[in-house]
Amino acid sequence: MAESVPVLIGLVLVAIAGTGAVLVRDPVRQSFVLSLLGLALAALFLLLQAPDVALSQLAVGSALTPLMVLLSVRKVRRKARSERREEHE
Amino acid sequence: MSMRLRLWVLAAGMLGTATLFVLACVELPVFGGTWHPYGDRAVHAALARHTANTIASVNFDQRALDTLGEESILFGSVLGTVVLLRQTRDEQRLPPEPARVAPPVRRYALIALPVTLLIGLYVVAHGQLSPGGGFQGGVVVATSLHLLYIAIDYRALERIRPVGLYEVADAAGEAGYLLLGAAALLTGAAFLTNFLPYGTFNTLSSGGTVPLLNAAIGVEVAAGIVVLLARFLDQAVEIVSGPDDEAEDGT
Repeated sequence: MAESVPVLIGLVLVAIAGTGAVLVRDPVRQSFVLSLLGLALAALFLLLQAPDVALSQLAVGSALTPLMVLLSVRKVRRKARSERREEHE
Repeated sequence: MSMRLRLWVLAAGMLGTATLFVLACVELPVFGGTWHPYGDRAVHAALARHTANTIASVNFDQRALDTLGEESILFGSVLGTVVLLRQTRDEQRLPPEPARVAPPVRRYALIALPVTLLIGLYVVAHGQLSPGGGFQGGVVVATSLHLLYIAIDYRALERIRPVGLYEVADAAGEAGYLLLGAAALLTGAAFLTNFLPYGTFNTLSSGGTVPLLNAAIGVEVAAGIVVLLARFLDQAVEIVSGPDDEAEDGT
């Protein structure tokens, strides 16, 4: 029983981060929570003795995906702003 | 389709999935137990082919066709992104302003860049010996190049990143994997069979085709992710849909 405690903690962390990612509505904040979720998943994979998967998860889940979300949000907001300006004119 | 019918279809689908899931799970070994029928066989096969990292052996030797599929998914996604995020006729490219970077950030990023690049290449090269491999190392290599954007600015990144060349490298990595698989056909073995000498266990040249396939994946993933981020960064930093154009038209 005692040896499964770290895995349980990892699972709980993933559950908390995952629920947070769903509940947060603002895309910018969501990308940060997504990054935390990636980190928690990487830790869980490491605890389950899958370092190969943890490494991919760390790179893709906690760095690449949130960055792509952030860049998309920036582009969309910029476009919305310039369209609003046009309407104003 | 009415709402009621949709719910029925959903319920049927969920019931089917649940049944299959339960049937698939009943005879699984207990979590955390000592009985690993699949693991034992995979480790045995990995050791027989002189590949120290069993995961690499499973990915690039025992089930290399699966990895070919996964690699092709990434290749296809990058291709789709390139097509979707291209510059359209009503958009124009504005050169970004040089940004001011705080000296500590610049120092840290410039020190971290070569270290990260080296770690990425190390992970690719040692895929058959230690955790990691072409995919993980490729992502790290691609990330390290983008530290230049953090350290200096976007124009510095663009100078070391001729996107056209990286697109070619992306395709070359994908082709390399296929050609290595096809090379096995010449020796009379099946597609993607490990046909090279296995080498000395636990050295860089061990594992037959595993390190070569790892290298092909490394090139494909590193180039693919650089191209992917280049398209996203272009859209976010450089390309604007042209309100300036219309202003000049003088309406």
